[in-house]
Amino acid sequence: MTELRQRVAREPEAPPEDKESESEAKADGETASDSESRVEAVTQPPSADDTPEVLNRALSNLSSRWKNWWVRGILTLAMIAFFFIIIYLGPMVLMMIVMCVQIKCFHEIITIGYNVYHSYDLPWFRTLSWYFLLCVNYFFYGETVTDYFFTLVQREEPLRILSKYHRFISFTLYLTGFCMFVLSLVKKHYRLQFYMFGWTHVTLLIVVTQSHLVIHNLFEGMIWFIVPISCVICNDIMAYMFGFFFGRTPLIKLSPKKTWEGFIGGFFATVVFGLLLSYVMSGYRCFVCPVEYNNDTNSFTVDCEPSGLFRLQEYNIPGVIQSIIGWDFANTIPGHGGIMDRFDCQYLMATFVNVYIASFIRGPNPSKLVQQFLTLRPDQQLHIFNTLKSHLTDKGMLTAATEDK
Amino acid sequence: MWELRHRGGGGPGPGGEAASPPREGEAAGGDHETESTSDKETDIDDRYGDLDSRTDSDIPEIPPSLDRTPEILKKALSGLSSRWKNWWIRGILTLTMISLFFLIIYMGSFMLMLLVLSIQVKCFHEIITIGYRVYHSYDLPWFRTLSWYFLLCVNYFFYGETVADYFATFVQREEQLQFLIRYHRFISFALYLAGFCMFVLSLVKKHYRLQFYMFAWTHVTLLITVTQSHLVIQNLFEGMIWFLVPISSVICNDITAYIFGFFFGRTPLIKLSPKKTWEGFIGGFFSTVIFGFIAAYVLSKYQYFVCPVEYRSDVNSFVTECEPSELFQLQSYSLPPFLKAVLRRETVSMYPFQIHSIALSTFASLIGPFGGFFASGFKRAFKIKDFANTIPGHGGIMDRFDCQYLMATFVHVYITSFIRGPNPSKVLQQLLVLQPEQQLNIYKTLKTHLTEKGILQPTLKSLIFPIEDE
Repeated sequence: MTELRQRVAREPEAPPEDKESESEAKADGETASDSESRVEAVTQPPSADDTPEVLNRALSNLSSRWKNWWVRGILTLAMIAFFFIIIYLGPMVLMMIVMCVQIKCFHEIITIGYNVYHSYDLPWFRTLSWYFLLCVNYFFYGETVTDYFFTLVQREEPLRILSKYHRFISFTLYLTGFCMFVLSLVKKHYRLQFYMFGWTHVTLLIVVTQSHLVIHNLFEGMIWFIVPISCVICNDIMAYMFGFFFGRTPLIKLSPKKTWEGFIGGFFATVVFGLLLSYVMSGYRCFVCPVEYNNDTNSFTVDCEPSGLFRLQEYNIPGVIQSIIGWDFANTIPGHGGIMDRFDCQYLMATFVNVYIASFIRGPNPSKLVQQFLTLRPDQQLHIFNTLKSHLTDKGMLTAATEDK
Repeated sequence: MWELRHRGGGGPGPGGEAASPPREGEAAGGDHETESTSDKETDIDDRYGDLDSRTDSDIPEIPPSLDRTPEILKKALSGLSSRWKNWWIRGILTLTMISLFFLIIYMGSFMLMLLVLSIQVKCFHEIITIGYRVYHSYDLPWFRTLSWYFLLCVNYFFYGETVADYFATFVQREEQLQFLIRYHRFISFALYLAGFCMFVLSLVKKHYRLQFYMFAWTHVTLLITVTQSHLVIQNLFEGMIWFLVPISSVICNDITAYIFGFFFGRTPLIKLSPKKTWEGFIGGFFSTVIFGFIAAYVLSKYQYFVCPVEYRSDVNSFVTECEPSELFQLQSYSLPPFLKAVLRRETVSMYPFQIHSIALSTFASLIGPFGGFFASGFKRAFKIKDFANTIPGHGGIMDRFDCQYLMATFVHVYITSFIRGPNPSKVLQQLLVLQPEQQLNIYKTLKTHLTEKGILQPTLKSLIFPIEDE
């Protein structure tokens, strides 16, 4: 339990060696939680060593420290390779991976809540947590993803109703869960139950909204998904490397292993990395184009005319930046822990990218606008049409000639 | 800390609970689980001097709940017995609140919006104060500032999302406002992030858990109060009737359930609120449906209530003038046979909205009380009698509005799912933001569509030279 807490509290850069974490804990003075968890620790099994036997044997000669490095390194490579495979498989699989990560993160945080509050005995609680997860996911699917699957959804009658009235249906489902919660309040456990209710909702807020924002970004174009995630990973890695080799001034009391050198080095390295990665990826249509569902081929296509953002343009280089920065980084880094440990830095990133796109990049979706237009009343339609007409005429886009073409 | 726990031992106002939990260690009544957990917590925390702990001598004396009844009332009612005095105070305050409500309705939608906002702020304040008291977190650095700061950010975000559309013409004139509205998502997110970073930097060595608790408490409170209040405002802008009928249904349900329960109540409804009875519940249900039906009938006649609120730049104010939609036009419905016999009429003319009002009132009577039960459970869990003492005889603002919360969301979901199409001015706004080529494409699509439907008269030239789609 102590270990779990330490893992969650720390950023995923420091190696999870037990001795270090214990001393860290004492240094941080998280003594209250520690002592409480020591009481519970008796019942918790020590974290299982998941390293496969193969690796154990292969690395048995090396000293313990380097062995750890190698294990972490190999697993990092495995995760990155897995990431590449998934990208290759396409947006649909990526979406499913995001969903799986979301569910696993939710599960991890809820389990922590259970451990903290000893609430395994509370009636209904696990069911309700998963039920709420389902409702909120359904709601978000209805809000965002069905726009992209629009043609598919329109064909199937039950899907169409599920999508059109998704708000009402998901709200009804949520209400049912809410009423079940109220009815399940047991006399002696009110406070605990309210805590768990609040815990579930905050977890949903963090995990589910972010994952749907990630999927939203993904549908804008895979590059909007890959570049931010890789930047965060790169920052993790680079900050660790810089900290390892040059680290001297501690950054923040919360994470004593973080250093200013690592922070600043990581910053510059990540910016450079991002620039290079975007350069490489902007060349390929499959990364740059928004994901669309093709009705005839019944699959997702990423085919389009790349927008102005992804076409080469001439910029004047300021005189200062003359040299090319060489970059290189070794492929060893952070590894163990739960899924949450891998993704804790990512969460704010997903929201930021989504907000960024919504504010500065993406306009409204034209086909969606046309659909909305068609549902308006005739007089409203006429009003909008005339306003648009005068607007276009003012802009010179519409002349008498083009009108009658 | 113990004092707080012991203080409102029984539940909310009408609580007929058993004796308040006397001492720690005794499992009599109250939350046994929390007592033992808090035992462990306090013992452990005592050793490390965490703020969670307080020995008995350290507990500040919580003053007994202030009696805020004005002197006038007290003197006027000094003759009556205590029980009737309580009734009278509650009755008078109820009447005062209702007349205040009518007054504000008269003053218009803008005032209503301000009223909703002030209620939101007060509810937020009440719940946060409860959190402080429960966790003794007055000494935590930055915490109050951060809570109010987050409240501001979230409000700004919601304003940009929803209300700004209605103020579009007003906003267009001012350059800075335009900037603030157009990029509201980004700006509010940046502000939120600043608050988030401040929180992380403010984590103090010995108070991590407390600080995280308060952080989560703030966020859940924001989720409950701010989102709901903005949904209320959106409903309001849809037409005041969508604001008035639901709220009055909930109030009516409160009152009639209480009256039915008072006169006929026998079977208890739920353990959480021992004073609620099935007779009150069912009686309240039927009276609320009838009340909603009648209120809808009365209000549907007036454009003032029925029309969506618009901001007109010429008169520089909100106007509610429009052609009432079909919902608010009398229609004849043929009665089903059994009603025909009862009412001795073939058809009845009523507003379609009245049918919707039945749905709204049903929700208010069936699910609204669950909001009340939730609040009772909450008060029971944290051993408080009322949320605050703002209103004499009634408790805090939250006590009055706990049933309303689910209602606001329901009405909003109802409207977006079944009633309202997209907002025309928003569609137009979005159209104008598109790239010119896209606009041109859409223009052509729309033109063909409108011409087909006969809404747009085809020009002579287009009849001779039919428009080709490029």
